[in-house]
Amino acid sequence: MEKQHDNVQDIIKSYGGSLDSLTSILHDIQSEYKYLPEDALRQVAKGLGLPIIQVYGVGTFFKSFSLKPRGRHQCTVCLGTACHVRGAPAVLEEMERQLGIKRGETTEDMQFTLENVNCLGACALGPIVVVDGKYYGQMNAGKVNKTLAKHKESPTRKKDEKVKLSI
Amino acid sequence: MKKLNSLFKLQKLQESLAEQRESPKSCIAVCGGTGCYAYGAKDVHKAFKDEIKRQRMKDKVDLMLTGCHGFCECGTLVVIHPEEIMYVRVMPEDVSEIIKESVLKKNIIERLLYIDPASGERIKYEHEIPFYSRQQRLVFGSNGLIDPTSIEDYLAIGGYSALSKVLFDMKPEEVIEEIKKSGLRGRGGGGFPSGIKWETCRDAPSPNGTRYIICNADEGDPGAYMDRSLLEGNPHSVIEGMLIGAYAIGSNKGYVYVRNEYPLAVKNLGIALEQAREYGLMGEDILSSGLSFDVKISRGGGAFVCGEESALIASLEGRMGEPRRRPPYPAVKGLWGKPTNINNVETWANVPIIINRGAEWYSRIGTKGSKGTKIFSLVGKINNTGLVEVPMGIKLREIIYDIGGGIPGGKRFKAIQTGGPSGGCIPESLIDLQVDYEKLKEVGSMMGSGGMIVMDESTCMVDIAKYFVKFLTEESCGKCVPCREGLDRILDILTDITEGNGKEGDIELLEELASVVKDTSLCALGGTAPNPILSTIRYFRDEYEIHIKEHRCPATVCKALIAFTINEDKCTGCGICAKKCPQEAISGEKKEPHKIDQEQCIKCGLCRDLCKFDAVIVS
Repeated sequence: MEKQHDNVQDIIKSYGGSLDSLTSILHDIQSEYKYLPEDALRQVAKGLGLPIIQVYGVGTFFKSFSLKPRGRHQCTVCLGTACHVRGAPAVLEEMERQLGIKRGETTEDMQFTLENVNCLGACALGPIVVVDGKYYGQMNAGKVNKTLAKHKESPTRKKDEKVKLSI
Repeated sequence: MKKLNSLFKLQKLQESLAEQRESPKSCIAVCGGTGCYAYGAKDVHKAFKDEIKRQRMKDKVDLMLTGCHGFCECGTLVVIHPEEIMYVRVMPEDVSEIIKESVLKKNIIERLLYIDPASGERIKYEHEIPFYSRQQRLVFGSNGLIDPTSIEDYLAIGGYSALSKVLFDMKPEEVIEEIKKSGLRGRGGGGFPSGIKWETCRDAPSPNGTRYIICNADEGDPGAYMDRSLLEGNPHSVIEGMLIGAYAIGSNKGYVYVRNEYPLAVKNLGIALEQAREYGLMGEDILSSGLSFDVKISRGGGAFVCGEESALIASLEGRMGEPRRRPPYPAVKGLWGKPTNINNVETWANVPIIINRGAEWYSRIGTKGSKGTKIFSLVGKINNTGLVEVPMGIKLREIIYDIGGGIPGGKRFKAIQTGGPSGGCIPESLIDLQVDYEKLKEVGSMMGSGGMIVMDESTCMVDIAKYFVKFLTEESCGKCVPCREGLDRILDILTDITEGNGKEGDIELLEELASVVKDTSLCALGGTAPNPILSTIRYFRDEYEIHIKEHRCPATVCKALIAFTINEDKCTGCGICAKKCPQEAISGEKKEPHKIDQEQCIKCGLCRDLCKFDAVIVS
């Protein structure tokens, strides 16, 4: 059994437990835990009086929900039409190559989750990439490395190694 | 207590707020649309705030963070009222100079002005910039004038007077008649006459009298963002439209179904609803008129199909967003089985204008079958990317060249794609087409929600068809076979063609498959899904044939059919490409022209992007 997610009950209550709020409830849970934990889905089903299959169905039907834990840094490549004609696919491929994952996946060290979105509505800046809420416009494959580097946590291990070396 | 309980009190408040606005104080309006946000509008706004505080100028100048002005290409935009001096690409470091020169001394800072690429002239005022001067900004124009988080701003420019007009001077039937007479048609895709929809919903039997009003803000078309900009920039106009609809139809509960990808729209709409409740413009017995109406926000989950009415309703009911067979139409049997009227954001925002100015005035704008204005998002290979509002019937040429400023980099215009993923591509030969619902349909495209993606000679039409089909395959809900399987097969064939494995007869097979998907799919998503294939085959058949017969991609887009080489004359041997190539496929001596090993090359394009001398050629 996964650990209990305490805030789920409060979230359900804040929407008055009505069915028309199912997606909104799931969004709030996801922004709290970064994904939809199984235990949370069960609590929602119980709270709204729905069969778990229906909550699971909605949780998997919509693109914005994830049933898997996500990385610390959210990396989103816009593949809207405007970005596509300006070369977004090459940017996504370079992202995939550099992170060593495919879109929709999370790196093993849980640092980055790579996703694509159909349009961010900032078409003037296309191709556009958003990392942790920061927009990077007029991207190309050549800029990917530098963009990711800005968000990579300087690994503390490296520091330790240096210390060891100096000893 | 702010609550307004009579028409008199509302009018008094509107008057006093309008008077306050008349003050000769300067006002700095910083565009805070998502585009400008991405450019750093927040920092610019903060810099202004700090500077005004530092110079103790609070009583000399007002500062406003507005919604989207539409000219996203030139963000961050700053407009200084009342002169309407417009500065483009403003950065935080320009702020103190703007205050010192333009606000205090009324001097113009030349370097921050917009330069018209056609004449090379610097233009001082917003209304003189060709991008704006050729538009007719009925719905969208107020965005730049108000702070979207202030209901007082909306009231000061006459907001909610259309609501008071219908509540106290018109019967519900008269409101419906007015909307019918105006010729307003749905702006979300279908283009169904809104007045008839309202009437059907009002007349549909409902044993306990419950009827619902829904605002469809699930703007899923990639490349279209006018609904978001309206919700972000002028949420009260949408709410007012919904209130008028509620009165006409006889509803007391409404929903706004909005994409979660639009956080700012959700936030501003929430603030606006709260303010409307505080002022008694939403809730029980509005202005003591007897109308009770409230709106709830429901956030969508990013499914394209939820733009379809019955799928949207399914999602609101807490189910997967799958469409169902129609009829019965939602107007008769919708949310929880009750009559439900769904219109999209832009449609609702048109309603107060029609009521204020009258159906007769409104119906003079546009063409025979398409009245009023339409907001288009002009994106892709175009100089002036942004949102443009133009009268129906305007020629494509005017939108692309006069407003859009033409194609960047001196390239040739090739096609314009309208109507979102299920729209079609219109070729250069039809550039003088008048844009309205009928004309777009005639040429194999559609109005959709108003996305216009401009393509130039470097866009491959087969690749574009593949892009849309891929999008629709991923977004197909999977309920009906023709859409789920048909699109999948179409994608297979298109992939083969773009990878050089196309066969004779593929084009005909695509046409046949497309017509089956079109005729037999359950909902409008499937029914219109083949449009991109059919329209590109119709106008760009030769491009398909070159891919199939010659295994060549004339636009040099399709990876399997292109090769990267280095132009020896341009290469300086700086070595940056060789250093960065992930395949180590590039070699050469320092300061000597380099070479790409075709066996190793994965065509990632990194070398082309990194080369400062344009020495990497794609052929």
